[in-house]
Amino acid sequence: MIAIEINKLSKRYKERFAVQSLSLSISQGEVFGLLGVNGAGKTTTIRMLACLTKPTSGEATLLGKSILAEPEGVKEIINLSPQETAVAPNLTVRENLELIARIYGSSRRAAGEKTAEMMKKLGLAEVEKEKVKVLSGGWQRRLSIAMALISEPKILFLDEPTLGLDVLARRELWTLIKQLKGEITMILTTHYLEEAEALADRIGIMAEGKLKALGTAAELISATGARNFEEAFVALATSPEEAL
Amino acid sequence: MKLLIFASRNRKELLRDPANLAFGIGFPLVVLFLLSAIQANIPVSLYKVESITPGIAVFGLSFLSLFSGMLIAKDRTSSFLMRLFASPLSSSDFVLGYTLPLMPMAVAQSVICFVAAFFLGLAVNVNVLLALAVLVPAAVLFIACGLLAGSVLNDKQVGGICGALLTNVSAWLSGTWFDLGLVGGWFKSAAYALPFAHAVDAARAALAGDYGSIFPHIWWVIGYAAVILAIAIAVFSHKMKSDNA
Repeated sequence: MIAIEINKLSKRYKERFAVQSLSLSISQGEVFGLLGVNGAGKTTTIRMLACLTKPTSGEATLLGKSILAEPEGVKEIINLSPQETAVAPNLTVRENLELIARIYGSSRRAAGEKTAEMMKKLGLAEVEKEKVKVLSGGWQRRLSIAMALISEPKILFLDEPTLGLDVLARRELWTLIKQLKGEITMILTTHYLEEAEALADRIGIMAEGKLKALGTAAELISATGARNFEEAFVALATSPEEAL
Repeated sequence: MKLLIFASRNRKELLRDPANLAFGIGFPLVVLFLLSAIQANIPVSLYKVESITPGIAVFGLSFLSLFSGMLIAKDRTSSFLMRLFASPLSSSDFVLGYTLPLMPMAVAQSVICFVAAFFLGLAVNVNVLLALAVLVPAAVLFIACGLLAGSVLNDKQVGGICGALLTNVSAWLSGTWFDLGLVGGWFKSAAYALPFAHAVDAARAALAGDYGSIFPHIWWVIGYAAVILAIAIAVFSHKMKSDNA
Protein backbone atom coordinates (compact mmCIF):
# COMPACT_ATOMS: atom_id res chain seq x y z
CA MET A 1 0.00 0.00 0.00
CA ILE A 2 1.20 3.49 -0.86
CA ALA A 3 1.74 5.77 2.14
CA ILE A 4 3.07 8.86 0.38
CA GLU A 5 2.16 9.82 -3.17
CA ILE A 6 3.93 12.89 -4.52
CA ASN A 7 2.80 14.25 -7.84
CA LYS A 8 4.79 16.98 -9.64
CA LEU A 9 5.44 18.85 -6.41
CA SER A 10 7.29 22.14 -6.91
CA LYS A 11 8.39 25.04 -4.75
CA ARG A 12 9.70 28.15 -6.42
CA TYR A 13 11.28 31.17 -4.72
CA LYS A 14 11.20 34.01 -7.26
CA GLU A 15 13.14 32.60 -10.22
CA ARG A 16 14.74 29.69 -8.39
CA PHE A 17 13.17 26.27 -7.92
CA ALA A 18 13.92 24.78 -4.50
CA VAL A 19 12.02 21.68 -5.58
CA GLN A 20 11.02 21.08 -9.19
CA SER A 21 8.30 18.71 -10.33
CA LEU A 22 9.02 15.98 -7.80
CA SER A 23 7.03 12.78 -8.33
CA LEU A 24 7.47 9.82 -6.05
CA SER A 25 5.61 7.00 -4.33
CA ILE A 26 6.65 5.62 -0.95
CA SER A 27 5.19 2.42 0.42
CA GLN A 28 3.75 1.98 3.88
CA GLY A 29 6.40 0.93 6.38
CA GLU A 30 9.24 1.86 4.03
CA VAL A 31 12.30 3.79 5.17
CA PHE A 32 13.06 6.21 2.36
CA GLY A 33 16.42 7.95 2.34
CA LEU A 34 16.45 11.40 0.81
CA LEU A 35 19.99 12.46 0.00
CA GLY A 36 21.59 15.46 -1.60
CA VAL A 37 24.14 18.16 -1.02
CA ASN A 38 23.15 21.32 0.90
CA GLY A 39 20.45 23.25 -0.95
CA ALA A 40 19.36 20.21 -2.96
CA GLY A 41 15.75 20.58 -1.82
CA LYS A 42 15.49 17.85 0.83
CA THR A 43 14.32 20.02 3.71
CA THR A 44 11.91 21.98 1.48
CA THR A 45 10.40 18.66 0.37
CA ILE A 46 9.93 17.58 3.99
CA ARG A 47 8.49 20.98 4.90
CA MET A 48 5.92 20.71 2.10
CA LEU A 49 4.96 17.16 3.07
CA ALA A 50 4.62 18.22 6.72
CA CYS A 51 2.31 21.09 5.67
CA LEU A 52 4.81 23.70 6.87
CA THR A 53 5.41 25.20 3.43
CA LYS A 54 2.84 25.58 0.68
CA PRO A 55 3.91 24.14 -2.66
CA THR A 56 3.93 26.45 -5.67
CA SER A 57 2.35 23.67 -7.70
CA GLY A 58 1.71 19.96 -7.56
CA GLU A 59 0.14 17.81 -4.88
CA ALA A 60 0.96 15.11 -2.38
CA THR A 61 -1.19 12.77 -0.37
CA LEU A 62 -0.18 11.10 2.89
CA LEU A 63 -2.24 7.97 3.55
CA GLY A 64 -4.84 9.44 1.22
CA LYS A 65 -4.93 12.87 2.87
CA SER A 66 -4.03 15.84 0.71
CA ILE A 67 -1.42 18.28 2.00
CA LEU A 68 -3.36 21.05 0.25
CA ALA A 69 -6.96 20.18 1.12
CA GLU A 70 -6.57 18.39 4.46
CA PRO A 71 -3.50 19.76 6.28
CA GLU A 72 -5.16 19.26 9.69
CA GLY A 73 -5.78 15.61 8.85
CA VAL A 74 -2.20 15.19 7.66
CA LYS A 75 -0.84 16.75 10.87
CA GLU A 76 -2.63 14.15 12.97
CA ILE A 77 -0.84 11.24 11.30
CA ILE A 78 2.67 12.65 10.96
CA ASN A 79 5.43 13.84 13.21
CA LEU A 80 8.89 15.12 12.57
CA SER A 81 12.28 15.43 14.17
CA PRO A 82 13.84 18.65 12.85
CA GLN A 83 17.56 19.16 12.17
CA GLU A 84 17.88 21.14 15.39
CA THR A 85 17.05 19.35 18.63
CA ALA A 86 13.80 21.34 19.03
CA VAL A 87 13.09 20.73 22.70
CA ALA A 88 11.67 22.89 25.51
CA PRO A 89 14.82 23.78 27.52
CA ASN A 90 13.31 24.57 30.94
CA LEU A 91 11.06 21.52 30.99
CA THR A 92 12.24 18.12 32.19
CA VAL A 93 12.61 15.18 29.84
CA ARG A 94 9.34 13.73 31.15
CA GLU A 95 7.52 17.06 30.75
CA ASN A 96 8.71 17.44 27.15
CA LEU A 97 7.39 14.01 26.23
CA GLU A 98 4.09 14.47 28.05
CA LEU A 99 3.64 17.86 26.38
CA ILE A 100 3.85 16.40 22.88
CA ALA A 101 1.69 13.39 23.75
CA ARG A 102 -1.02 15.65 25.13
CA ILE A 103 -0.89 18.09 22.20
CA TYR A 104 -1.57 15.09 19.96
CA GLY A 105 -4.66 14.26 21.98
CA SER A 106 -3.59 11.83 24.72
CA SER A 107 -5.25 12.14 28.12
CA ARG A 108 -3.01 12.98 31.08
CA ARG A 109 -2.95 9.32 32.12
CA ALA A 110 -2.28 7.98 28.61
CA ALA A 111 0.43 10.59 28.12
CA GLY A 112 2.11 9.42 31.33
CA GLU A 113 2.03 5.80 30.20
CA LYS A 114 3.33 6.60 26.73
CA THR A 115 6.08 8.71 28.24
CA ALA A 116 7.20 5.88 30.52
CA GLU A 117 7.22 3.50 27.58
CA MET A 118 9.12 5.90 25.32
CA MET A 119 11.71 6.68 28.00
CA LYS A 120 12.31 2.95 28.43
CA LYS A 121 12.56 2.41 24.67
CA LEU A 122 15.07 5.21 24.15
CA GLY A 123 16.96 4.84 27.41
CA LEU A 124 15.87 8.21 28.75
CA ALA A 125 14.66 7.04 32.17
CA GLU A 126 17.91 7.98 33.93
CA VAL A 127 17.50 11.64 32.93
CA GLU A 128 13.71 11.71 33.36
CA LYS A 129 13.70 14.56 35.90
CA GLU A 130 16.55 16.58 34.44
CA LYS A 131 15.84 19.92 32.85
CA VAL A 132 16.63 19.51 29.17
CA LYS A 133 18.90 22.55 28.99
CA VAL A 134 21.47 20.83 31.21
CA LEU A 135 21.64 17.70 29.05
CA SER A 136 24.30 17.02 26.44
CA GLY A 137 23.57 17.34 22.74
CA GLY A 138 23.35 13.56 22.45
CA TRP A 139 20.68 13.27 25.13
CA GLN A 140 18.76 16.17 23.61
CA ARG A 141 18.87 14.53 20.18
CA ARG A 142 17.59 11.28 21.66
CA LEU A 143 14.76 13.17 23.36
CA SER A 144 13.95 14.93 20.11
CA ILE A 145 13.49 11.57 18.39
CA ALA A 146 11.36 10.32 21.31
CA MET A 147 9.18 13.44 21.00
CA ALA A 148 8.65 12.62 17.35
CA LEU A 149 7.69 9.04 18.14
CA ILE A 150 5.45 9.56 21.16
CA SER A 151 2.47 10.65 19.09
CA GLU A 152 2.60 7.24 17.37
CA PRO A 153 2.80 8.76 13.89
CA LYS A 154 1.99 6.74 10.80
CA ILE A 155 4.55 8.78 8.88
CA LEU A 156 7.72 10.16 10.42
CA PHE A 157 10.12 12.71 8.95
CA LEU A 158 13.64 12.45 10.31
CA ASP A 159 15.73 15.43 9.20
CA GLU A 160 19.39 14.64 9.94
CA PRO A 161 18.46 12.58 13.02
CA THR A 162 21.98 11.56 14.01
CA LEU A 163 23.63 14.95 13.55
CA GLY A 164 25.95 15.52 16.52
CA LEU A 165 25.59 12.03 17.95
CA ASP A 166 28.61 9.96 18.86
CA VAL A 167 29.16 6.58 17.19
CA LEU A 168 27.49 4.58 19.95
CA ALA A 169 24.43 6.81 20.15
CA ARG A 170 24.17 6.75 16.36
CA ARG A 171 24.25 2.96 16.31
CA GLU A 172 21.55 2.85 19.01
CA LEU A 173 19.36 5.11 16.91
CA TRP A 174 19.96 2.96 13.85
CA THR A 175 18.77 -0.06 15.82
CA LEU A 176 15.63 1.82 16.82
CA ILE A 177 14.90 2.88 13.23
CA LYS A 178 15.38 -0.72 12.07
CA GLN A 179 12.92 -1.85 14.77
CA LEU A 180 10.34 0.65 13.53
CA LYS A 181 10.75 -0.41 9.91
CA GLY A 182 7.54 -1.87 8.55
CA GLU A 183 5.57 -0.19 11.33
CA ILE A 184 6.09 3.48 10.50
CA THR A 185 6.76 5.02 7.10
CA MET A 186 9.89 7.14 7.44
CA ILE A 187 11.57 9.71 5.27
CA LEU A 188 15.11 10.17 6.41
CA THR A 189 17.44 12.93 5.27
CA THR A 190 21.09 12.60 6.11
CA HIS A 191 24.56 13.60 5.01
CA TYR A 192 25.97 10.33 6.34
CA LEU A 193 25.88 8.08 3.29
CA GLU A 194 26.59 4.93 5.27
CA GLU A 195 23.52 5.75 7.35
CA ALA A 196 21.27 5.86 4.30
CA GLU A 197 22.87 2.72 2.95
CA ALA A 198 22.34 0.87 6.24
CA LEU A 199 18.79 2.03 6.95
CA ALA A 200 16.94 2.99 3.80
CA ASP A 201 14.94 0.53 1.73
CA ARG A 202 15.23 2.93 -1.18
CA ILE A 203 17.20 6.10 -1.68
CA GLY A 204 16.36 9.21 -3.66
CA ILE A 205 19.17 11.56 -4.62
CA MET A 206 18.20 15.20 -5.10
CA ALA A 207 20.25 17.93 -6.74
CA GLU A 208 19.17 21.46 -7.62
CA GLY A 209 15.60 20.68 -6.60
CA LYS A 210 15.23 17.65 -8.85
CA LEU A 211 15.17 13.96 -8.08
CA LYS A 212 18.25 12.74 -9.94
CA ALA A 213 18.19 9.08 -8.98
CA LEU A 214 15.99 6.56 -7.23
CA GLY A 215 16.60 2.98 -6.18
CA THR A 216 18.17 0.76 -3.58
CA ALA A 217 21.77 1.47 -2.63
CA ALA A 218 22.86 -1.59 -4.61
CA GLU A 219 20.90 -0.46 -7.66
CA LEU A 220 22.44 3.00 -7.55
CA ILE A 221 25.96 1.58 -7.23
CA SER A 222 25.28 -0.77 -10.11
CA ALA A 223 23.72 1.94 -12.33
CA THR A 224 26.80 4.14 -12.01
CA GLY A 225 29.39 1.39 -12.13
CA ALA A 226 30.86 2.83 -8.95
CA ARG A 227 32.95 0.88 -6.43
CA ASN A 228 30.90 1.99 -3.44
CA PHE A 229 27.89 4.05 -2.50
CA GLU A 230 29.83 7.24 -1.86
CA GLU A 231 31.22 7.19 -5.39
CA ALA A 232 27.77 6.45 -6.75
CA PHE A 233 26.33 9.37 -4.80
CA VAL A 234 28.97 11.80 -6.10
CA ALA A 235 28.41 10.62 -9.66
CA LEU A 236 24.63 10.95 -9.43
CA ALA A 237 24.52 14.22 -7.46
CA THR A 238 26.81 15.93 -9.94
CA SER A 239 25.45 14.34 -13.11
CA PRO A 240 23.45 16.62 -15.42
CA GLU A 241 21.34 13.61 -16.42
CA GLU A 242 18.55 12.00 -14.45
CA ALA A 243 19.11 8.32 -13.72
CA LEU A 244 15.74 7.31 -12.35
CA MET B 1 -7.60 21.82 25.90
CA LYS B 2 -4.54 21.83 23.63
CA LEU B 3 -4.34 25.56 24.19
CA LEU B 4 -4.14 25.08 27.97
CA ILE B 5 -1.50 22.38 27.61
CA PHE B 6 0.63 24.66 25.46
CA ALA B 7 0.00 27.65 27.75
CA SER B 8 1.07 25.54 30.73
CA ARG B 9 4.35 24.72 29.00
CA ASN B 10 4.96 28.41 28.34
CA ARG B 11 4.18 29.32 31.94
CA LYS B 12 6.74 26.79 33.16
CA GLU B 13 9.36 28.04 30.71
CA LEU B 14 8.87 31.61 31.89
CA LEU B 15 8.74 30.97 35.62
CA ARG B 16 11.71 28.62 35.61
CA ASP B 17 13.98 31.24 34.10
CA PRO B 18 15.54 33.08 37.07
CA ALA B 19 16.42 36.05 34.84
CA ASN B 20 12.70 36.65 34.26
CA LEU B 21 11.99 36.83 37.99
CA ALA B 22 15.05 39.03 38.59
CA PHE B 23 14.15 41.54 35.91
CA GLY B 24 10.37 41.40 36.19
CA ILE B 25 10.09 41.64 39.95
CA GLY B 26 13.49 42.23 41.51
CA PHE B 27 14.71 45.12 39.40
CA PRO B 28 11.55 47.28 39.69
CA LEU B 29 11.51 46.71 43.47
CA VAL B 30 15.11 47.82 43.75
CA VAL B 31 14.28 50.99 41.81
CA LEU B 32 11.22 51.59 43.98
CA PHE B 33 13.22 51.30 47.21
CA LEU B 34 16.06 53.38 45.77
CA LEU B 35 13.82 56.28 44.71
CA SER B 36 12.01 56.17 48.06
CA ALA B 37 15.36 56.36 49.84
CA ILE B 38 16.30 59.37 47.73
CA GLN B 39 12.94 60.99 48.54
CA ALA B 40 13.54 60.51 52.25
CA ASN B 41 16.76 62.50 52.00
CA ILE B 42 15.72 65.47 49.87
CA PRO B 43 13.60 68.49 50.88
CA VAL B 44 11.36 68.53 47.76
CA SER B 45 8.63 66.09 46.74
CA LEU B 46 10.26 64.46 43.74
CA TYR B 47 9.59 60.75 44.26
CA LYS B 48 6.48 60.52 46.40
CA VAL B 49 5.47 56.88 46.76
CA GLU B 50 1.94 57.44 45.39
CA SER B 51 3.48 59.05 42.33
CA ILE B 52 6.30 56.64 41.58
CA THR B 53 4.53 53.35 42.34
CA PRO B 54 2.29 53.40 39.22
CA GLY B 55 5.32 54.35 37.14
CA ILE B 56 7.45 51.56 38.57
CA ALA B 57 4.55 49.14 37.98
CA VAL B 58 4.47 50.15 34.29
CA PHE B 59 8.28 49.89 34.17
CA GLY B 60 8.01 46.33 35.53
CA LEU B 61 5.41 45.45 32.93
CA SER B 62 7.74 46.58 30.14
CA PHE B 63 9.85 43.49 30.85
CA LEU B 64 6.92 41.31 29.72
CA SER B 65 7.90 42.20 26.14
CA LEU B 66 11.34 40.78 26.79
CA PHE B 67 9.95 37.59 28.35
CA SER B 68 7.40 36.82 25.65
CA GLY B 69 9.66 37.93 22.80
CA MET B 70 12.59 35.82 24.03
CA LEU B 71 10.42 32.74 24.53
CA ILE B 72 8.95 32.92 21.04
CA ALA B 73 12.26 33.80 19.37
CA LYS B 74 14.04 30.91 21.11
CA ASP B 75 11.24 28.54 20.12
CA ARG B 76 11.63 29.70 16.53
CA THR B 77 15.39 29.53 16.32
CA SER B 78 15.59 26.13 18.04
CA SER B 79 12.96 24.73 15.64
CA PHE B 80 10.74 23.86 18.62
CA LEU B 81 8.09 26.01 16.98
CA MET B 82 8.56 24.13 13.70
CA ARG B 83 7.87 20.90 15.57
CA LEU B 84 4.70 22.43 17.00
CA PHE B 85 3.64 23.94 13.66
CA ALA B 86 3.61 20.38 12.30
CA SER B 87 1.30 19.33 15.17
CA PRO B 88 -2.48 19.73 15.37
CA LEU B 89 -2.20 23.07 17.25
CA SER B 90 -4.09 25.91 15.56
CA SER B 91 -2.86 29.48 15.11
CA SER B 92 -5.23 30.71 17.86
CA ASP B 93 -3.74 28.06 20.19
CA PHE B 94 -0.32 29.57 19.56
CA VAL B 95 -1.28 33.21 20.01
CA LEU B 96 -3.33 32.61 23.16
CA GLY B 97 -0.86 30.03 24.45
CA TYR B 98 1.94 32.56 24.37
CA THR B 99 -0.22 35.42 25.71
CA LEU B 100 -2.32 33.92 28.51
CA PRO B 101 0.46 32.77 30.87
CA LEU B 102 1.83 36.31 30.95
CA MET B 103 -1.38 37.89 32.21
CA PRO B 104 -1.25 36.33 35.72
CA MET B 105 2.46 37.15 35.77
CA ALA B 106 1.65 40.78 34.93
CA VAL B 107 -0.93 41.00 37.70
CA ALA B 108 1.43 39.32 40.19
CA GLN B 109 4.23 41.75 39.24
CA SER B 110 1.98 44.76 39.82
CA VAL B 111 0.57 43.37 43.08
CA ILE B 112 4.09 42.78 44.44
CA CYS B 113 5.05 46.33 43.44
CA PHE B 114 2.06 47.82 45.26
CA VAL B 115 2.52 45.61 48.33
CA ALA B 116 6.14 46.76 48.54
CA ALA B 117 4.88 50.35 48.24
CA PHE B 118 2.57 49.77 51.24
CA PHE B 119 5.69 49.24 53.36
CA LEU B 120 7.00 52.55 52.03
CA GLY B 121 3.89 54.42 53.11
CA LEU B 122 1.40 54.00 50.28
CA ALA B 123 -2.15 54.15 51.61
CA VAL B 124 -4.01 50.83 51.54
CA ASN B 125 -7.40 51.47 49.95
CA VAL B 126 -9.73 50.27 47.22
CA ASN B 127 -8.13 52.57 44.66
CA VAL B 128 -5.14 50.23 44.55
CA LEU B 129 -7.41 47.56 43.05
CA LEU B 130 -8.62 50.07 40.45
CA ALA B 131 -5.02 50.98 39.63
CA LEU B 132 -4.25 47.28 39.13
CA ALA B 133 -7.19 47.01 36.73
CA VAL B 134 -6.10 50.13 34.86
CA LEU B 135 -2.67 48.55 34.34
CA VAL B 136 -4.13 45.56 32.48
CA PRO B 137 -4.21 47.26 29.03
CA ALA B 138 -0.57 48.25 29.54
CA ALA B 139 0.26 44.61 30.26
CA VAL B 140 -1.52 43.56 27.04
CA LEU B 141 0.40 46.25 25.16
CA PHE B 142 3.80 44.99 26.33
CA ILE B 143 2.88 41.32 25.78
CA ALA B 144 1.80 42.21 22.23
CA CYS B 145 5.12 44.00 21.63
CA GLY B 146 6.89 40.80 22.68
CA LEU B 147 4.73 38.62 20.45
CA LEU B 148 5.51 40.89 17.52
CA ALA B 149 9.25 41.06 18.23
CA GLY B 150 9.52 37.32 18.85
CA SER B 151 7.77 36.60 15.55
CA VAL B 152 10.28 38.46 13.42
CA LEU B 153 13.54 38.70 15.40
CA ASN B 154 15.99 36.20 16.80
CA ASP B 155 16.59 35.96 20.55
CA LYS B 156 19.66 38.24 20.51
CA GLN B 157 17.75 40.90 18.59
CA VAL B 158 14.78 40.58 20.95
CA GLY B 159 17.20 41.11 23.84
CA GLY B 160 18.37 44.34 22.25
CA ILE B 161 15.02 45.67 21.08
CA CYS B 162 12.77 44.64 23.97
CA GLY B 163 15.33 44.30 26.74
CA ALA B 164 17.28 47.49 26.14
CA LEU B 165 15.45 49.79 23.75
CA LEU B 166 11.79 49.31 24.70
CA THR B 167 12.34 49.24 28.46
CA ASN B 168 14.43 52.42 28.25
CA VAL B 169 12.15 54.27 25.86
CA SER B 170 9.07 53.35 27.87
CA ALA B 171 10.81 54.38 31.11
CA TRP B 172 12.20 57.72 29.88
CA LEU B 173 9.00 58.69 28.13
CA SER B 174 6.64 57.59 30.90
CA GLY B 175 7.04 60.52 33.27
CA THR B 176 8.07 58.16 36.08
CA TRP B 177 11.59 59.44 36.69
CA PHE B 178 10.86 63.14 36.12
CA ASP B 179 7.91 65.39 35.35
CA LEU B 180 7.51 65.56 31.59
CA GLY B 181 6.18 69.10 32.00
CA LEU B 182 9.62 70.18 33.25
CA VAL B 183 11.14 69.25 29.89
CA GLY B 184 8.14 70.31 27.85
CA GLY B 185 8.28 71.05 24.14
CA TRP B 186 8.76 68.29 21.61
CA PHE B 187 9.88 65.83 24.30
CA LYS B 188 6.57 66.07 26.12
CA SER B 189 4.65 65.94 22.84
CA ALA B 190 6.57 62.83 21.77
CA ALA B 191 5.97 61.21 25.16
CA TYR B 192 2.24 61.82 24.96
CA ALA B 193 2.07 60.56 21.38
CA LEU B 194 3.17 57.20 22.78
CA PRO B 195 1.18 55.12 25.28
CA PHE B 196 3.65 54.86 28.18
CA ALA B 197 3.04 58.23 29.86
CA HIS B 198 -0.70 57.70 29.39
CA ALA B 199 -0.45 54.32 31.15
CA VAL B 200 1.31 55.91 34.12
CA ASP B 201 -1.07 58.89 34.27
CA ALA B 202 -4.12 56.60 34.13
CA ALA B 203 -2.77 54.44 36.97
CA ARG B 204 -1.83 57.53 39.02
CA ALA B 205 -5.35 58.93 38.55
CA ALA B 206 -6.90 55.63 39.62
CA LEU B 207 -4.67 55.42 42.67
CA ALA B 208 -5.53 59.01 43.65
CA GLY B 209 -9.25 58.32 43.30
CA ASP B 210 -9.46 60.91 40.55
CA TYR B 211 -11.57 58.62 38.39
CA GLY B 212 -12.43 61.18 35.71
CA SER B 213 -8.74 61.72 34.94
CA ILE B 214 -8.25 58.05 34.06
CA PHE B 215 -9.74 59.12 30.73
CA PRO B 216 -8.67 59.76 28.04
CA HIS B 217 -5.29 58.27 29.07
CA ILE B 218 -6.65 54.75 29.28
CA TRP B 219 -8.07 55.02 25.75
CA TRP B 220 -4.59 55.76 24.40
CA VAL B 221 -3.24 52.62 26.04
CA ILE B 222 -6.17 50.47 24.93
CA GLY B 223 -5.86 51.83 21.38
CA TYR B 224 -2.13 51.14 21.15
CA ALA B 225 -2.57 47.70 22.74
CA ALA B 226 -5.35 46.75 20.29
CA VAL B 227 -3.42 47.89 17.23
CA ILE B 228 -0.12 46.28 18.22
CA LEU B 229 -1.87 43.05 19.26
CA ALA B 230 -3.68 42.92 15.90
CA ILE B 231 -0.41 43.48 14.03
CA ALA B 232 1.37 40.88 16.19
CA ILE B 233 -1.33 38.26 15.56
CA ALA B 234 -1.28 38.99 11.80
CA VAL B 235 2.53 38.77 11.64
CA PHE B 236 2.68 35.59 13.74
CA SER B 237 -0.04 33.93 11.66
CA HIS B 238 1.75 34.96 8.48
CA LYS B 239 5.05 33.56 9.76
CA MET B 240 3.29 30.33 10.69
CA LYS B 241 2.23 29.86 7.08
CA SER B 242 5.35 31.29 5.52
CA ASP B 243 8.44 29.39 4.46
CA ASN B 244 10.91 30.63 7.02
CA ALA B 245 8.97 30.40 10.25
